[in-house]
Amino acid sequence: MSARMLRVAAVEPLTPLVTRFRFVAPDGQALPLFSGGAHVVVEMPEGDLVRRNAYSLISDPLNGSCYEIAVRREDAGRGGSRYMHSQVKEGDLLGVGAPVNLFSLDLRARKHVMIAGGIGITPFIAQLKQLARLQLPFELHYAARSRAEAAGLRLLPDLPQVHVHISEEGNRLDIGAILSAQPLGTHVYTCGPEALIDAVAATGARLGWPAAALHSEVFMAPPPGAPFAVTLASTGKTVTVGPTQSLLEALEAAEVPVDWLCRGGACGRCETGVRSCHGTIEHHDHWLSDADKSAQTRIMPCVSRFSGTSLVLDL
Amino acid sequence: MPKIEFSPSIPSRPVYAGLASQGAAPALMLADAEGAEAILDLAARDAAVVDHAHIIYIPAGASHGPRLKALGARLYAEAPTFAAALERFRKALTDARMGTQLYLAGSEGLIGQAQAEALAMGFPEGAIHSEHRGTVARRMQCVHCKGITEGVTTDPFLCSHCGLTLFVRDHFSRRLGVFQGVCVDAETPGVVPPTVEIKP
Repeated sequence: MSARMLRVAAVEPLTPLVTRFRFVAPDGQALPLFSGGAHVVVEMPEGDLVRRNAYSLISDPLNGSCYEIAVRREDAGRGGSRYMHSQVKEGDLLGVGAPVNLFSLDLRARKHVMIAGGIGITPFIAQLKQLARLQLPFELHYAARSRAEAAGLRLLPDLPQVHVHISEEGNRLDIGAILSAQPLGTHVYTCGPEALIDAVAATGARLGWPAAALHSEVFMAPPPGAPFAVTLASTGKTVTVGPTQSLLEALEAAEVPVDWLCRGGACGRCETGVRSCHGTIEHHDHWLSDADKSAQTRIMPCVSRFSGTSLVLDL
Repeated sequence: MPKIEFSPSIPSRPVYAGLASQGAAPALMLADAEGAEAILDLAARDAAVVDHAHIIYIPAGASHGPRLKALGARLYAEAPTFAAALERFRKALTDARMGTQLYLAGSEGLIGQAQAEALAMGFPEGAIHSEHRGTVARRMQCVHCKGITEGVTTDPFLCSHCGLTLFVRDHFSRRLGVFQGVCVDAETPGVVPPTVEIKP
């Protein structure tokens, strides 16, 4: 996945934890257009290491003059969002990949219902712009803990279809009420913490919604963990993975080519075979089936880790 | 009359998985003739399935009506034909919310037409359940004049609109709920294969 160097045109804090970044092409050329829900992978070089994190685009999908992302600082994370918050300044050049959409609107739907939790609001910002242009019926429910933390309040349009639920103020999201009164042909999109996505899926199933009408995206950065080593079956070479490095990043650093797309355990592109496994693969992805996960014959190097004596990969 | 198993065919040919209860969810049930037995069997397996159901039945000469009515669904109505039932069916679809289950049972013509109506109104495919019972007669569209001939039981058959002799294909239009009939003697006018009964 080749990235092009884009210039940081603006850095604007939206809340104490969330900052908006605007990227433009240094030569002023138009950037490729995208569709609502698309993300880009941003490259963050730190010493020998290149970290790559995926962020949803929040700018207008049909405006090629810039790309905007909103980044929440995760102090317990591996350092990608901290790097964005502390190192990146206006005028810097960063590698940004082409937009990829794994969470697009299903345009066969008669109505679009979007449910966002916290920073999960980001993919919907661009989708709202797309829906407004297409003049399609929608409603959006945005849940956040407190008004101070709710970056979405700065990004959402002031429309009657936009409902804000601040749990601190006692206005909690009622998923059952949302899902029980939707007209035929409605599709639901959920982005946010896994508990929210699970709750929408469980409520939908209880109310008779077919799974094909429920869409979700968990925004997942690779979790940090204990260091471990893997062996490559083709060369016998051993690659060690540091505590804040993902297996995919370690393979890239060792110049082992692995195809990838989302780097968040969702798209399935980096799926890799396991030749032998003595220990436990810590599967963090949303791609492999439960059967595949328990068989320990496949691994998603973008997010998953390992503990045990030896792991030999089909690479 | 038991469920009919159709022989394997092209992917276009509809298959009917059979009715399975989705529990006491709001439901719309539409059946014709022997299709009533599929609903009766369904309710025998899970009585709760009719608690919030609206049943529309087209008897077409069958005598299952009183037993269907006795299931005690929320609403029960009979109509002489699909065309006569359409007004009620469309109103029920308009009022339905996501989560409503659609159960279709009976002839292929009924299932195909009802499914086409439902899909056109945005009904999610995953909430449509169907079971074939009764006649294997087909609702056929002439691909030449576009006229539809109901209740076709032989292959080939005469288009009731333009009079061409049509070969019965398994090629199905989901939009119209019809199988496609193609002129069987276009290359050799008058040379028509012997007429046979349509097999399942």
